[in-house]
Amino acid sequence: MSRSHSSSSAAALPLPAALQGDIAVWIFLLAELLAFGVFFLAYAFARARNPALFDAAQAGLDRQSGLINTLLLVSSSALVAHAVAVVRRGGSDAARRAAGALLGAIACALGFIVVKGSEYAAHFAAGMELSSSTFSMFYLCLTGFHFFHVVLGLAVLAVLWRQTVAGVYRLGDVNGLESGAAYWHMVDLVWLVLFPLVYLMH
Amino acid sequence: MQTRDSIHSPLTVWLTLVVATGITFFAGEFEGSGPAGRWLVVGVLALALFKGSLVALHFMELRHAPAVWRWSVLGWLWVVVLGIAGAYLKGAA
Repeated sequence: MSRSHSSSSAAALPLPAALQGDIAVWIFLLAELLAFGVFFLAYAFARARNPALFDAAQAGLDRQSGLINTLLLVSSSALVAHAVAVVRRGGSDAARRAAGALLGAIACALGFIVVKGSEYAAHFAAGMELSSSTFSMFYLCLTGFHFFHVVLGLAVLAVLWRQTVAGVYRLGDVNGLESGAAYWHMVDLVWLVLFPLVYLMH
Repeated sequence: MQTRDSIHSPLTVWLTLVVATGITFFAGEFEGSGPAGRWLVVGVLALALFKGSLVALHFMELRHAPAVWRWSVLGWLWVVVLGIAGAYLKGAA
């Protein structure tokens, strides 16, 4: 009975039940998610106390920049997932194709930094400071914390690219690539909550 | 064994995320007020839950991971998004 149970669940899950990447990285990722989660809920409840102030300030944000950055991050994340899949699949040109996908992911990350950086430049030119309002304090801290993670993620992607070009990751030896990829997906996941929360919810 | 879903999945997941992001953006463009506006925001947050789950399950590959890891991330997502929705509805009341 139990034997037939295990075989039917194995058929439903084509891959063995395992965490992709290093367990220490995943513990770090959960801590990061907790920090972002506390930040998000603090923003949401601060907004609930003064929705009019937050809505007025939010109207000054560039939603199209937010949209472009969302598309850049999900595309970057997809390219990294593709790179992992290509290396796992193996083959003679796997390293070259995976490195190409990672370069695409790096280009998207750079695009995010340029778009968000120009948004910050516009805010600062308009006189926005941490102390301008409760909204600006939350907005700059929250998006700044995420921006810092994107910059760190860019460095991670650069290392993954270099290691991939050097042929370090191979079929059966992709743990380092998977760990770096998991970090980058976390940066994407967090933005998918941040974008509607800060840019759209009014 | 794993090539079939690992090669095709990033592309289909990406396309779904792009479409859902487009819907999210246009829903956010509406200056709705009253119950209709509130439901639109709840819909946008539900889409965030959907998109986040796709990233967690497919890109982070938690669909194959032990349940404790899968539900640590999905649980985080549910608590955060439901908390945001609760705070939003409290502020709108």
